[in-house]
Amino acid sequence: MLIITCPYCQQAREEEEFSYAGEAYIARPTVPEEADDATWGDYVFHRKNPRGWHWEQWQHVAGCRKVFAVKRHTVSYEIAGSWTLADGKALYLEEQA
Amino acid sequence: MANRYSLWSLIKNGLKHHESWQPAWKSPQPKKHYDVIIVGGGGHGLATAYYLAKEHGIKNVAVLEKGYLGGGNTARNTTIIRSNYLWDEAAQLYEHGLKLWEGLSQDLNFNVMFSQRGVMNVGHTLQDMRDIERRANANLLNGVDAVVMTPKEIKDMVPLIDISNRTRYPIMGASFQPRGGVARHDAVAWGFARGASELGVDIIEQCEVTGLIIEGGRIKGVNTSRGDIMADRVGCVAAGNSSVLAKMAGLRLPLESHPLQAFVSESMKPCIDTVVMSNAVHGYVSQSDKGELVIGAGIDSYLGYGQRGSPHVIEHTAAAIIEMFPSFSRVRMNRQWGGIVDVSPDACPIISKTRIKGLYFNCGWGTGGFKATPGSGNVFAHTIAHDDPHPLNRAFSLDRFATGHLIDEHGAAAVAH
Ligand SMILES: Cc1cc2nc3c(=O)[nH]c(=O)nc-3n(C[C@H](O)[C@H](O)[C@H](O)COP(=O)(O)OP(=O)(O)OC[C@H]3O[C@@H](n4cnc5c(N)ncnc54)[C@H](O)[C@@H]3O)c2cc1C
Ligand SMILES: [Zn+2]
Repeated sequence: MLIITCPYCQQAREEEEFSYAGEAYIARPTVPEEADDATWGDYVFHRKNPRGWHWEQWQHVAGCRKVFAVKRHTVSYEIAGSWTLADGKALYLEEQA
Repeated sequence: MANRYSLWSLIKNGLKHHESWQPAWKSPQPKKHYDVIIVGGGGHGLATAYYLAKEHGIKNVAVLEKGYLGGGNTARNTTIIRSNYLWDEAAQLYEHGLKLWEGLSQDLNFNVMFSQRGVMNVGHTLQDMRDIERRANANLLNGVDAVVMTPKEIKDMVPLIDISNRTRYPIMGASFQPRGGVARHDAVAWGFARGASELGVDIIEQCEVTGLIIEGGRIKGVNTSRGDIMADRVGCVAAGNSSVLAKMAGLRLPLESHPLQAFVSESMKPCIDTVVMSNAVHGYVSQSDKGELVIGAGIDSYLGYGQRGSPHVIEHTAAAIIEMFPSFSRVRMNRQWGGIVDVSPDACPIISKTRIKGLYFNCGWGTGGFKATPGSGNVFAHTIAHDDPHPLNRAFSLDRFATGHLIDEHGAAAVAH
């Protein structure tokens, strides 16, 4: 059972209150009209699916219902932290740089 | 065959107190070069190697397995075998597998304990029943056996099931595939390993692939924990770890790896002699030859490579089983485990060439690939041998995620195992 902290409610709650909402910060093609099928296919279907740290989205469905970002390890399931989508994105981009 | 199994060999070895059986497969040192390397010694990888040697005459083959044979999903799954998929492409692929199962023990001279006890998919809503009728009709058109059953017929076949309307989601009917059933999972890995080894394939355990050697857009070999091994062609069959291997080649796959859990009870007298699956309340159960109830359900929602999931998923599964079989509430559970399943967007596999010449992937079987083990290996061997897909797996290529030709079996094919 994962124990997840909602950055809005500021509370650590059991996983059952939340629902998993997939990889975070998938960038949409910036010029949609010019993106070809392969680019759209990549955006819609392909995933990082890493064995290691993963930035992902969770929704607090049985609480405030907001979606936020969590950084979690996909082998140990350790959670490094959770952030609002905007705060998390700044950290995520820093890591990617 | 060095070790042909028969009644005679059993008697002969019995007289020698069973002390002179030979190992079922050889464990050689890796050579420097192979025609084909298969990464992943699960059922699918071993079957691929077996059919490469048997049907395509390609015998300079190695199967590299990072752990031990059958340590992945092969021997973690709940062994349900059926081919009652909705769409033509999927039905034909899985039916090809089912036909191979029907002759497999003879072909391998290894008892995989394939038992065609039938698979029943129960429906609990009017929509379930419409879907069941539609799927059964589609199956019949594809030459796949299918019967639609009434609650009374279900009760006659499975006396312990509750068909009353006291439950929250009463059972309204079912589809039944008489030729479906179960098999002994680790025997499948061992049987294919033995068959492949006999034909000259090197089975190399404790050998993890850590990198793919690619030059000028062509595969040249693999880096492993036991040194570099060169090869003209490499087929990756790594189930939950497929994305990790793809990344070594700079490829992205449309996959998410999730934990999938299952559990078994203490052994009991025979009480259920078919497989019962429910998509709506979400649980399925069969009874093993040892007498254990084998129970499973859906994936954990999050990405996970940990071969374990969360307890609330087990609780949900147990609740579903008890709703259908109230008397099972007194049964004690013995063991629980998880495997990593590679889920694709359309719940169908990817059996495909890649943009790197000589590099192939067979993955995306998700929660339901055990039933396909012989069929998957058979068409993948063809794909590698001819550098061109078999007609049965042409539709299952990677580029369907760019062209949009998905084969949407999510929800279409009863429960996804
Ligand atoms: C709990 C559970 C229940 C299931 N129930 C059913 C069911 O009832 N019916 C059904 O049809 N399917 C079922 N499945 C799905 C089925 O088990 C899989 O789809 C199928 O087994 C996958 O193919 P495989 O046997 O080759 O995989 P695996 O046995 O997982 O083989 C992959 C192998 O690759 C190896 N590997 C990975 N990375 C590397 C590397 N870098 N180098 C070397 N080796 C590597 C792994 O160690 C592993 O042995 C279930 C799965 C689970 C987990
Ligand atoms: Zn909240």
